Amino acid sequence: MHEVSIMEDAVRMAVEAAKSAGASRVLALRLRVGALSGAAPEALRFAFDVVCRDTIAEGASLEMVSVPAAGWCPVCRAEFECADFINECPRCHNPNGELRRGRELEIASVEIN
Amino acid sequence: MCKECGCGLGGGDVKIGGHSHDHGHDHHHEHEHSRGGKTLSLNLSLLEKNARLAERNRGFFRAKNLLVLNVVSSPGSGKTTFIRETAAKLAGRLRVGVIVGDLATDNDAARLRTAGIPVVQITTGTVCHLDAEMVSKAAAQLDLDKFDVLVIENVGNLVCPADYDLGEDLRVVLLSVTEGEDKPLKYPPMFHSAHVAVVTKSDMAVAAGFNRELALRNLERISHHARIFELSAKTGDGMKAWLDFLVQQRAA
Repeated sequence: MHEVSIMEDAVRMAVEAAKSAGASRVLALRLRVGALSGAAPEALRFAFDVVCRDTIAEGASLEMVSVPAAGWCPVCRAEFECADFINECPRCHNPNGELRRGRELEIASVEIN
Repeated sequence: MCKECGCGLGGGDVKIGGHSHDHGHDHHHEHEHSRGGKTLSLNLSLLEKNARLAERNRGFFRAKNLLVLNVVSSPGSGKTTFIRETAAKLAGRLRVGVIVGDLATDNDAARLRTAGIPVVQITTGTVCHLDAEMVSKAAAQLDLDKFDVLVIENVGNLVCPADYDLGEDLRVVLLSVTEGEDKPLKYPPMFHSAHVAVVTKSDMAVAAGFNRELALRNLERISHHARIFELSAKTGDGMKAWLDFLVQQRAA
């Protein structure tokens, strides 16, 4: 996918947040990466080291929290685990489940100093 | 307590060593708990910048009373012919303007221009998708007051465009009969995100050995919220239902 541009945005957001809080360093970034986000964690990590260079986030650590995918069945009115985009309810086999979680690609928090 | 790292298990943000740590995740990652810094919660989407610009586009397009389509597919599924025939056959009912994205060449734009359709080309260079900012700049080059429908022909790619909202009303994914019935299963994020799925080149179905039932079944599994159309832009077969749908969507 486009992990480098995603990481560029993550680091830009972290640096902006740090600067507006009066900090001089970004020590850590914490991301939430959905299982169905399409972003590969290894590629994000690789891009991270590159895009941090020459910024106040250089040397920062990267934590990635994986978010498992979950669907919602409107018939059973309950959530179910799903491994892919086929949102079939495992209880009633209704194929029209709604993907509730798993597409996340978010910056949760930054640690600054 | 979480056995792996000793921090409190359970919902919500838990402050540990100066930084928050929420749960529902595994603990195979390594991290220090005492960097001595201060934690700022951000909770922002990494595609937030694009999402914001896309919403701005959507509001602008709505104010202009435009129906906006984002047409996506693999290279060679027939996007340009489909858009050209849609615009031509809507003549007298709806006026159509087009934004075309490609990595290089303006061949697609030229094909549309030759057909008398107002078009702006975005040449993305190495970028494999259009984003909301590119669309906003391209739209500024069109006299939008002259149109009822704005069609955005995305870069031929079933992967990255899935993540970039352009501010469209409808995301339209094409699947041509020559591509194989399992495309929706292979590129689920794109097919899952589509509001409309169009099976194109239906005139070639027999020659291509297209298994229609299987393709529709796959589409219904992945694109289960989508309206499905089957047509041939070349022969015009099946176009009427699609055009009527657009007229109805524009009026809605």
